[in-house]
Amino acid sequence: MSVNEKIVADLIKNRVEFVTTVPCKQLAGVIDQIENSDEIFHIPSNKEDEGMGLCAGAYMGGKRSAIIMQNTAIGVTINTLVTLIQYYHIPLPMLISYRGELGEPVACQVEMAVHTKALLAQLNIPTYHFHKADDVNELDAILEYCFMCKKPVAILTDASFWKGA
Amino acid sequence: MIRSEVLKALVPVISDQLVVCNIGLPSQELHLLDDQPSNFYMLGTMGLASSIGLGLALAQNQKVVAIDGDGSVLTNFGTLPTIANNVADNFVLLIIDNGSYGSTGDQPTYAGKKTSLAAVASACGCEHVVECEAEEAAATVQAALDSKQMTIIVCKCESGNIKVPVIDTDPVVIRDRFMKEVKSRNSS
Repeated sequence: MSVNEKIVADLIKNRVEFVTTVPCKQLAGVIDQIENSDEIFHIPSNKEDEGMGLCAGAYMGGKRSAIIMQNTAIGVTINTLVTLIQYYHIPLPMLISYRGELGEPVACQVEMAVHTKALLAQLNIPTYHFHKADDVNELDAILEYCFMCKKPVAILTDASFWKGA
Repeated sequence: MIRSEVLKALVPVISDQLVVCNIGLPSQELHLLDDQPSNFYMLGTMGLASSIGLGLALAQNQKVVAIDGDGSVLTNFGTLPTIANNVADNFVLLIIDNGSYGSTGDQPTYAGKKTSLAAVASACGCEHVVECEAEEAAATVQAALDSKQMTIIVCKCESGNIKVPVIDTDPVVIRDRFMKEVKSRNSS
């Protein structure tokens, strides 16, 4: 099973039926898998805060939801994370491509990478960092944890993780 | 008519529907006029009423009315293409367009100037877009609910506010009460 297949299988196993995405090159494969999955409704969003609104609505409608986005989106979504997702206790797994780490060809991506973990820590968001392909084996437990505690949870996936995928 | 009068006229039409209400004065006014477990009040996060409403409509079968404002839609313009391309026929988006940021002191919005939100919604691909005057709001929302077609309503009204108390209900209580109502309506 490929990493992309494993991610989608774990989402389905944890009854995630509604996924919104804002693309990143590293995430192209998993987004394709989501789009082609019969068990998951895929709704691309134009901006990540909009996507979190969609996820909050779907969750209140009885469907577990998740967002797939780039780490630059942390800068876009701080207010939404704090005043919607955290304030109303809405569980939200965030599968995040961690651009700007080792292997990054685009210098500008590093500018947000250096703030990513600090911002997530400041927001008290449980954060997991997938660096090696095997790290994906923890996803199932992370999803279970997220829906148990009804919090946003960040899964940072860096270039080394995707390279080994 | 100002927004609070539009909401008052709407109460008989939306009281029994699932409603997602915009941040600030609109939620406070609706809370004062007709607090219901079927109302979800946004206490923060300007701009996302339409997104929350669409997500809710796509996830379950009951009709959903999202009450939004012109300023909030301008803040989250990306919502209109998403709505247009993910049709939920149980979804009515009501944009109460008073041409101003009412909750922050009635500063003018571009929707009160050259920008037509109805034209933008149509250009984004929304198929049923209706523009109405404040006096027609209740009948227009009722017609949209009866049509069983996803409808975007841009309701023009005057700028102005009444004094209303803030909502002091805990957000988790608002969300939990609303989810239980959604669940019970979908299982009956």
